[in-house]
Amino acid sequence: MNSRTIEIAVGVFVALGLAAFFMLAMKVSNLISYESETGYQISARFDNIGGLRERSPVAVAGVRIGKVSSIVYDNETYEAVVVMEIEPQYNRFPIDTSAGILTAGLLGEQYVGLEPGAEEEFLKTNSVITVTQSAIVLEEVIGQFLYSKADEKE
Amino acid sequence: MLDYLQLTGQRVLAVFARLGQATLFLYQILLTLPGLLMRPSLIIKQLYSTGVQTLLIILVAGCFVGMVLALQAYYVLVDFGAEDSISQMVVLTLMRELGPVITGLLFAGRAGSALTAEIGLMKSTEQLSGMEMMAIDPMQRVMAPRVLAGFLAMPLLTAVFIAVGVLGGYLVAVHGVGIYEGVYWSLAQLKVDFYTDLMNGMIKSVVFGFVIVWIAVFEGYDSVPTSEGLGQATTRTVVHGSLAVLGLDFLLTAIMFGDI
Repeated sequence: MNSRTIEIAVGVFVALGLAAFFMLAMKVSNLISYESETGYQISARFDNIGGLRERSPVAVAGVRIGKVSSIVYDNETYEAVVVMEIEPQYNRFPIDTSAGILTAGLLGEQYVGLEPGAEEEFLKTNSVITVTQSAIVLEEVIGQFLYSKADEKE
Repeated sequence: MLDYLQLTGQRVLAVFARLGQATLFLYQILLTLPGLLMRPSLIIKQLYSTGVQTLLIILVAGCFVGMVLALQAYYVLVDFGAEDSISQMVVLTLMRELGPVITGLLFAGRAGSALTAEIGLMKSTEQLSGMEMMAIDPMQRVMAPRVLAGFLAMPLLTAVFIAVGVLGGYLVAVHGVGIYEGVYWSLAQLKVDFYTDLMNGMIKSVVFGFVIVWIAVFEGYDSVPTSEGLGQATTRTVVHGSLAVLGLDFLLTAIMFGDI
C-alpha cells in the first residue's frame, strides 16, 4: 500500500483516539467541574454529617447549585465543618438561610439542602450558616422509636 | 518416581529460562529505542498494522458491550427505581475494567497473533539472519518499532472502545429504555472522576499493551521455524497474552481501587 495512504490512516486513527479521550474527559467525567471552581464558598457546622462526602451536591428546592468542597472536623467544638462552593450566579441567599443534610430517595446519596430565610442581607464569601439540621442516622431514629414504645408501655 | 521428579524440575527450569530470555530480549529492544526515534516512518507503518487494522473490531465490540451493559443494568436497577443510574454503571464498568480488558483481549487476538506470525515467518525464512548479515540490527529494525507501536496503539484503542461503549449505552438507555438524555450525561459526570476512573483505566491499557506486544514479539522471535512451530507460537501468544491481561488486571485493580 502507498505510504501516503498509510500515513493518512494512522493520522485519522490517532486523531480518533484523542477525540474519544477528550469526549470522555469532557462529557462523561467531572473534569469540567474541576475547572469551574470560581464559585464563592460558604460553610456550615453540623453535629453529624452522616454519609456526606466531598463533591456531594448542594441543592436548593431540589436544584443543584454547588458542591461540597471540603469537610473538616473541628477539634474544639466537636462539630463537622462543611465548606460548600456555590456557583456565582446564585448569590441571593439571606443570612438566615438554613442548611440540612438530606438523602435523595430512601437509600440514595446524601446532599446538603439549603432553605432560604427572610433577612435582607445576603450570604457572602466565607459566611457561616448558623441554622443547621444534621443528617438523620437511621439507627438513632430506630433507637428513639423503640425507647418511646417502651415508655408508652410503662 | 525419580523420573517424574526430574521431569518436573526440567519443566520448572524451562519456565524460568524462558522468562529470563524474554526479559533479556526486552532489554535488548529497549536499548535500541533511542535510535529508533530518529526513524518515525517505521513506527507509523507498524501503527497502521497494529492500530488502524484493529480499529474496526474495537468499534463494533465496544458498541455492543456498551449496549449489553445498559440493558443488564436496567434489568437490575429498575427494581430499585434507580434506572436513572444506568449511565454511572455503564461508564464506570467500561472505564475501570471492561474497556482496558476487552480491548486487551481483542488486541492480543487481532494484533498480537499477527505480530507473532509475521516475525515467526521472518525467522523461518531466515530474513532475520539475512538482516544480521547485512549489519542491520533486527532488534532495531523489526522488533522495536512493533513494540513501540503496540505501546502507543493500546491507549488510543481503549479510549475509542470506551467512548463507543458509552455511546452504545446511551442508545439503549435513551432511545430504548427511555431515560432522559440530560440525566444520562449529568449522573455520569456526578460519579465519574477524571483521575481515579479515566486515568487509571488508561494506565491499565498502557500496561496491557506493553505486555501483549512483548509476549507477541518474543514468541515470534523464539518460535520453532517450522509451520507447526509457528502455529504453536501464535496460539501461545493469544493464550499467554489473554491470561497476562486478566491476571494483571486483578493486580492493577487491587492497587488502584483496593482501598475504596
